[in-house]
Amino acid sequence: MKFTLGWLKQHLDTTATLAEISETLTRIGLEVESIDDPREALAPFTVAHVVSATQHPDADRLKVCMVDTGKEVVQVVCGAPNARTGMKGVFAPSGSYVPGIDLLLKPSKIRGVESSGMLCSEREMLLSDEHDGIIELDADTPIGASFAEIAGLDDPIIEIAITPNRPDALGVAGIARDLAAAGLGTVITPAITPIAGDGPCPIRIETEDQDACPLFAGRLIKGVKNGPSPKWLQLRLKAIGLRPISLLVDITNYITHDRARPLHVYDAAKIGTTVRARRAKAGETVNALDGNIYETRGGECLIADDNSPLGFGGVMGGEDSGVSEETVDIFVESALFDPILTAETGRRHGLLSDARYRFERGVDPGFVVDGLTLATQMIMDLAGGTPSEIKIAGKIPEDAKKVTFRPARVKSLGGLDVPAKRAQAILESLGFGWSEGKDSITVSVPGWRPDIDGEADIVEEVLRIEGYDKIPATPLPRTVEVARSTLTLDQTRARAVKRRLATEGLYEAVTWSFMDSRVAQYFGGHDGLMLENPISSELDMMRPSILPNLIAAAGRNNDRGADGIALFEVGPTYQGQGIDDQAHVAATLRLGNKTSRHWREAAGPVDAYDAKADALAALEAAGAPVGNLQVYDEAPAWYHPGRSGTLRLGPKKILASFGELHPAIMRHLDVEGALVGAEVYLDAIPQPKRKSGQSRPALHLSNLPAVERDFAFIINRDVAVGDLVRAALGSDRKHISQVDVFDVYEGQGIEPTAKSVGIAVRILPQEKTFTDKDLEGICERLVAMVEKATGGRLRR
Amino acid sequence: MTDHLETTLLAEINAADSLDALDAVRVKALGKKGLVTGQMKGLGSMSPEERREAGPALNQLKNRINDAIAAKKAVLETAALDARLAEERLDMTLPVSPRSQGRIHPISQVLDELSEIFADLGFAVAEGPHIEDDFHNFTALNIPEHHPARQMHDTFYMRPDETGERKVLRTHTSPVQIRTMQTQTPPIRIIAPGRTFRSDSDATHTPMFHQIEGLVIDKDIHMGHLKGCLEAWLSAFFEVEKVKMRFRPSYFPFTEPSAEVDINCTLRDGTLIVGEGDDWLEVMGCGMVNPHVLTACEVDPNIYQGFAFGAGLDRLAMLKYGMTDLRPFFESDLRWLQHYGFQPLSVPTLAGGLSS
Repeated sequence: MKFTLGWLKQHLDTTATLAEISETLTRIGLEVESIDDPREALAPFTVAHVVSATQHPDADRLKVCMVDTGKEVVQVVCGAPNARTGMKGVFAPSGSYVPGIDLLLKPSKIRGVESSGMLCSEREMLLSDEHDGIIELDADTPIGASFAEIAGLDDPIIEIAITPNRPDALGVAGIARDLAAAGLGTVITPAITPIAGDGPCPIRIETEDQDACPLFAGRLIKGVKNGPSPKWLQLRLKAIGLRPISLLVDITNYITHDRARPLHVYDAAKIGTTVRARRAKAGETVNALDGNIYETRGGECLIADDNSPLGFGGVMGGEDSGVSEETVDIFVESALFDPILTAETGRRHGLLSDARYRFERGVDPGFVVDGLTLATQMIMDLAGGTPSEIKIAGKIPEDAKKVTFRPARVKSLGGLDVPAKRAQAILESLGFGWSEGKDSITVSVPGWRPDIDGEADIVEEVLRIEGYDKIPATPLPRTVEVARSTLTLDQTRARAVKRRLATEGLYEAVTWSFMDSRVAQYFGGHDGLMLENPISSELDMMRPSILPNLIAAAGRNNDRGADGIALFEVGPTYQGQGIDDQAHVAATLRLGNKTSRHWREAAGPVDAYDAKADALAALEAAGAPVGNLQVYDEAPAWYHPGRSGTLRLGPKKILASFGELHPAIMRHLDVEGALVGAEVYLDAIPQPKRKSGQSRPALHLSNLPAVERDFAFIINRDVAVGDLVRAALGSDRKHISQVDVFDVYEGQGIEPTAKSVGIAVRILPQEKTFTDKDLEGICERLVAMVEKATGGRLRR
Repeated sequence: MTDHLETTLLAEINAADSLDALDAVRVKALGKKGLVTGQMKGLGSMSPEERREAGPALNQLKNRINDAIAAKKAVLETAALDARLAEERLDMTLPVSPRSQGRIHPISQVLDELSEIFADLGFAVAEGPHIEDDFHNFTALNIPEHHPARQMHDTFYMRPDETGERKVLRTHTSPVQIRTMQTQTPPIRIIAPGRTFRSDSDATHTPMFHQIEGLVIDKDIHMGHLKGCLEAWLSAFFEVEKVKMRFRPSYFPFTEPSAEVDINCTLRDGTLIVGEGDDWLEVMGCGMVNPHVLTACEVDPNIYQGFAFGAGLDRLAMLKYGMTDLRPFFESDLRWLQHYGFQPLSVPTLAGGLSS
């Protein structure tokens, strides 16, 4: 909402400075977005007299002017066709900034003739697009005067942000009311006196749908003279960014912004004898003022005569029934339109207008007739004419809304002690009624405040005028003496996993929750995850997996020349639209080499075991029972089928998948290099068992030395080493504490279908040192168990 | 005879140039068939008188030879160690094996900081689904259909499901308020951080961003407490003595009265400094929970009241750590993560400092 300081002062008698007004507006909830003082930009421009204008010796289109600025006479080369001896124009001296051409003026030579300063057009001062010539001022304009002042461009423009609950502030009068309530002056908005008409209105007015258009008032004004508006009106409209059109249209626009009261003026010669607010049928056409033709879908509120629609009620009038220079008799409409229907109609047809903006937020039903009267007065004053009586269709709205208010609530809800008398003064100055009952007060709500519907709203009104800054900050009472932990298990797990993965060398990424459905399809995406209105086709599906986003990120980093890329993200995946379909997943991704080339380390590409290590690290950090996990070699379809696996607790409970990404998917995603990833399903990790306290079981340590024995087994290539290790560990759970795989060998010396696996077994005596016989027994049982489990044999 | 023997042996010991040569001398003198050993064996054939005289002499000779060997051995060992040490040199300027560390994303770090602050204020951390229904995202928050406030949110919608219901991607974290009030009995103190979605994209808007919501419900919580709470956590978060705050009346359908909150800041050498100076910077919206919202959650507004606030988590990170563009937060550029990310073990704590 834009208005000028001068405009405001027509409604508010105040001695406050612009700065005070600005600060107060923001303080009471009408946030100032900008203040544009044209006096600043126009300061260098003054009135000058062209003493002489002669032809430039070397250029047909240029003139050499001697210009009297009031201080001196300077020579200016000017290209304007209307530059001539004796005229008065607007001069900008050397050193001044000309905003319309973004130029700092400097003395120069133009085609060999010295030129200092500039005679300006309207466009050069950003006043309009007018650039056919320089500005010509009246002959009696004083030389040296400030151009801003003599042109009436010395009125600062204030723009404020209006929250949707404040339609009353969409008129300057409403803003003045708020400022007066805040103590910044007195409201001086002129009262409206009814104008008796000359005979009844000959045009019938009807409203067919009380919901869509509850009230419709109008009158005929005969014998008006349309034409350009007076300068003051044009300036005011231009200042707030509106283009002056014609006197009659400008008057309606003026009242829209002055009183938040949209109006419409019809050329009475172009409409029938009945004007009716009705619902549209499907397929009617509206030839709107914006030059476009709209086809109704049915249900919109139309203003129509017997023949055809004249416009969308509350949104936009029609092209065919509008006023023109030739218009003599006019019909003026002041009506009420339903906010929801207005908004829907506007949205449906993509129509924005100042009227829609106001009607969809709520227009004061008590000002329908007053608005019409105000318009009548302005039209009679500026365009002449004789009005008819007012005709009204529909109902004048019922009495004001009433809200029960306990003044003590300002303190108990708002935290600020405001005496009831003060609250009453504030509310009354805002136009609320105050009537004291036995136990409480009944506040009646003015028609321009449709947002107020309860006591909390009244508290806000009192507080915002009294000042939010007066509310004392009160510490929140402490609930416990020492802060307790407040995170859920899931949250602490996520925290631990992030920190752990970062210590493992991975960088935490945060990527979109949505992705490209064409990629998502390879990762379990389905139609149930599609967005209806994605921001782009690359982000049209909720992600079923984090990996594709990480792959894309790794690819971008790779393109920038990074190597050894390691990323992770702990975040959501979506399997459907339900609450339980959102899962919490930690995903890791590595692309390229393990490390950069190093003198001590064998550099090499990452492989599935790196992904497995990342998965195990994340699981361990999350508190999963890592020692009890089983490795299955099946994994989701986006992994390489032979180089991937899942980590499970029992056959059904999958805690993680990991492995190389499927080569076909890498081709689809256009990524090259070694690419491995893991996904840890944090929600699947079982809750830790409840313990009775923090104390841990007693620790019993043996001082007896451990024994280490190495074995090598020949097993079939297809047999999992994990099975061998499990058999070895299981052969004597009491004494065998650890089994490490130190060698896996295939090749020369071993039959082609087999591999040799070397394990180091750590054997711990419990009560006494082992005898040779004890050890022999343990080793024999181990060999027997491994051979039985794997079908292999000890390598001798 | 023994004098000569001793002289010869001592000379040989002295001449030994290695531990092996020295050992050869030892064997020659004191080995089973050694010269001194041989003489000692000769003692048996001597008369007692001769033996009384020769015995101690031979013993002393043996001791002297042993001592000389030990002394020479120490010298040779020192020399050998010196020689070895002279050989054994590593170039310690060579780089060690890389043990790479990753980084924690600023969003996670700031979330940890805020969780720490709010734990001290007694707030639990609540979460909710991202794909929400209309009721929780709008209706229960006093944003009825057709309300102009719905147009304030550039909402993403899911394709309607098989029942025809059209879900939304939550446009704010406020639905978590609703879910919390529906399932918990007051008193309630929660923060609800998380992903939120709006169809918007420029330097400070991305289609996905993070908000943090706060909700306090009890019997006598008023707007003064809201101010006190915000002042406490904003000061703690920005690690300044006390931020200056400005409450501006505003409008949110789910709060009444409502306010937008500015905090003081200043621009010094092109860097934004929060908590100093006299310029204002908008950081969040807040207010007293609208009675309609309490009613929608079946909380009696005649008994309970409280406040709610909502701030941009990413924006808080930007203000604190100086990022000027939101988009790189979600681009996973390793160079950005390296620069703006956090060491994995710099876990924010109240005792150790949030950003130390």
